Amino acid sequence: MNLTFTPEERAFRAEVRAFLADALPNDITERVRLGRYLRADDHTRWQNILSKRGWLAANWPKEYGGPGWSPVQRHIFDEECAAAHAPSIVPFGVNMVAPVIMKFGTDAQKKHYLPRILNNEDWWCQGYSEPGAGSDLAGLNTRAVRDGGHYIVNGQKTWTTLGQHANMLFCLVRTNPQAKKQAGISFLLIDMQSPGITVRPIITLDGAHEVNEVFLDNVRVPVENRVGEEGEGWTCAKFLLTHERTGIAGLGHARQALRHLKSVASQIKHRGKPLLELPSFRLRVVKAEIELMALEVTNLRVIAAARHGSVPGAESSLLKVRGSELRQEISELTRRALGPAALPFFPAFLYGDEPLDGELALRAAASAQYFNRRKLSIYGGANEIQKSIVAKTILGM
Amino acid sequence: MDFALTDEQRMLEETLTRLVADQVSPQQRRTMLATPAGETSELWRTFAELGLLHMPFSEKLGGLGGDGTDLMIIMRALGKGLVPEAYLAGLVLPGQLLALSSNSEQQARWLAPLLEGEHQLALAWQEHSARYDTFAVTTASQHGNQWQLSGRKDVVMNLAAAAAILVTATLPSGKLGLFIVPANTPGVAQHCYHTIDDQPAGDLVLTNVTVPADHCLSDDVSDAIAEVLAMGRAALCAEAIGTMEATCDQTLAYLKERRQFGLPLASFQALQHRMVDMHLHLEQSRSMTILAATSLSLPARQRDYKIAAAKAYCGESARFIAEQAIQLHGAIGMTEECYVAHYAKRLVMFDHYLGDSDYHLETVSDGLQVA
Repeated sequence: MNLTFTPEERAFRAEVRAFLADALPNDITERVRLGRYLRADDHTRWQNILSKRGWLAANWPKEYGGPGWSPVQRHIFDEECAAAHAPSIVPFGVNMVAPVIMKFGTDAQKKHYLPRILNNEDWWCQGYSEPGAGSDLAGLNTRAVRDGGHYIVNGQKTWTTLGQHANMLFCLVRTNPQAKKQAGISFLLIDMQSPGITVRPIITLDGAHEVNEVFLDNVRVPVENRVGEEGEGWTCAKFLLTHERTGIAGLGHARQALRHLKSVASQIKHRGKPLLELPSFRLRVVKAEIELMALEVTNLRVIAAARHGSVPGAESSLLKVRGSELRQEISELTRRALGPAALPFFPAFLYGDEPLDGELALRAAASAQYFNRRKLSIYGGANEIQKSIVAKTILGM
Repeated sequence: MDFALTDEQRMLEETLTRLVADQVSPQQRRTMLATPAGETSELWRTFAELGLLHMPFSEKLGGLGGDGTDLMIIMRALGKGLVPEAYLAGLVLPGQLLALSSNSEQQARWLAPLLEGEHQLALAWQEHSARYDTFAVTTASQHGNQWQLSGRKDVVMNLAAAAAILVTATLPSGKLGLFIVPANTPGVAQHCYHTIDDQPAGDLVLTNVTVPADHCLSDDVSDAIAEVLAMGRAALCAEAIGTMEATCDQTLAYLKERRQFGLPLASFQALQHRMVDMHLHLEQSRSMTILAATSLSLPARQRDYKIAAAKAYCGESARFIAEQAIQLHGAIGMTEECYVAHYAKRLVMFDHYLGDSDYHLETVSDGLQVA
């Protein structure tokens, strides 16, 4: 066994790093570094740059326009992007609906949608959760009734991330209320411009507009926008969730956040000495560092297994649970490090374009981010759901 | 980056796992523990035949040149069966120290028979006043062609079975020296006992013990002992992984079998999630153990940083898993008769060998990269 990267992999890392140093717009990295929200245009600008370089669809096979990277290369790319303060790629198109279309879509769907995703022509959002269907996703109630060549869709979706910018929605709907709950679900692609769609913002506890409610009122969706057979939407949904969980541990982000924490805690003084030298505080940082070391090796083990074609199972649940807990702990420590400076709240700076004085700007995001990070143990299948998955599928309980 | 075992390593793992499963049942283990120290066991002879005694030593010393991964495989299998053989304390640690810090004549006399299974040794490096550090109050002074040692070494593993003991002592130069002291040397007193987790050990009292000049193996052993202890810590992590695996397996089997309220315990969500937490700790500890096993040949600072992180992490996980295993077994987990209780004891006490979590967290803290 060895944990070292090959010379080729190290050369690839250098190539990625050089590209990022050259291609990332400064105003965007500055927003990421300060924890400010990105405007739709920031995302699009960055994704266009990646698209031009052929690196947007890191997970796609070559035949569809992906770079044909190995799992190790994808891992290196993610790490470098996080370290360079690159924006996260909006995953709903390129990393979520695209694999479903590749696996279950018709040739016409592939031909139409995949190039548009690759060129950032469509902004996708996810229509999964409903007010009555969270962890119990298969209990969803949005109805789709066949009317000739169309489905008439009625219902409500929620927690739709960045839906305010999206022009396309992939959506789980109930096409057969008589069937057993998983069996009556279909997977539809819906144009957000269709009459009957209303998007309403949900403001989260950090004051951000990140998620939305989407109301569907007699929305007409052409039958050819269904992916897979009618009633087989659950298969697509589960397939997508395994892709969603890959990389959900966000270890590149954790590494970057920990770096930031250590830098903050060495600058801030406690009784004349860097806070990082306060034993009780330092111990928590040390433990976070060790947990991250363990997660990074676990992640490499998953990647090495993927290289041999195995699909991550329990390990992705593990990475999700422990990765989210770790990122929450780091955000907690960063907030605490600031002391009283964690109290002021400047939403117009964080979420808008209002400027803020240098020192205040550096500290503005910590508390809001702490509250925002609570989502990590809830989305993508709550951590308790992950544990039940492991208990059932791996331990046979 | 490669996590795969070679064909030879896979074979080693299978052979040893089978051997341990066949020869170390709870009953057989009890018998082995009751055997007087110093008698070579059947199992140790089989280890010799399988080449296990040669495995961790370099080829130029007559060994098989095994690396950290080989050692990990062996220790994990031993930990899985709670095997009461002093593979680490009686062979690997003293043997590696001899390999690093003695001359070829000394190696011919002490190391070669060790590899052939003709005797076992012990390493007396620990003193109560130094806790887990290597400094020694025990002193050595030179008188003509001889050395005289005085002091007390505490919790020396495998003491009773050792033909000779490697002893660290502070020299007149202030450096840490290393001596080999045959067990029957006049002035050597041993107070032997078993540890709470069934390991044979003892305290060693040296009262004006005189040894010839060629029994001084090194006049500055600090770096070598750091290297050997690092290897020992990585090996202990691997052993703990085996013990954690067996503990998790036994606990899961018990939850599936035991019924209360008309249902198997495994059907209760509160218990399912505890069981999953045990597995999360185990999986993460596996990663840290691999990190430790692959760090042995790094420069000392990096090696010690990573191995300290692994030992700290595995120590916490081992205790967590032990406590959960007892809790999930309920009252039966408190009994001497319940095999998992012995695993739990070993897992908790694992933290007390070669530095506990607090000790190693400090090492990581000292080496923490800030920028």
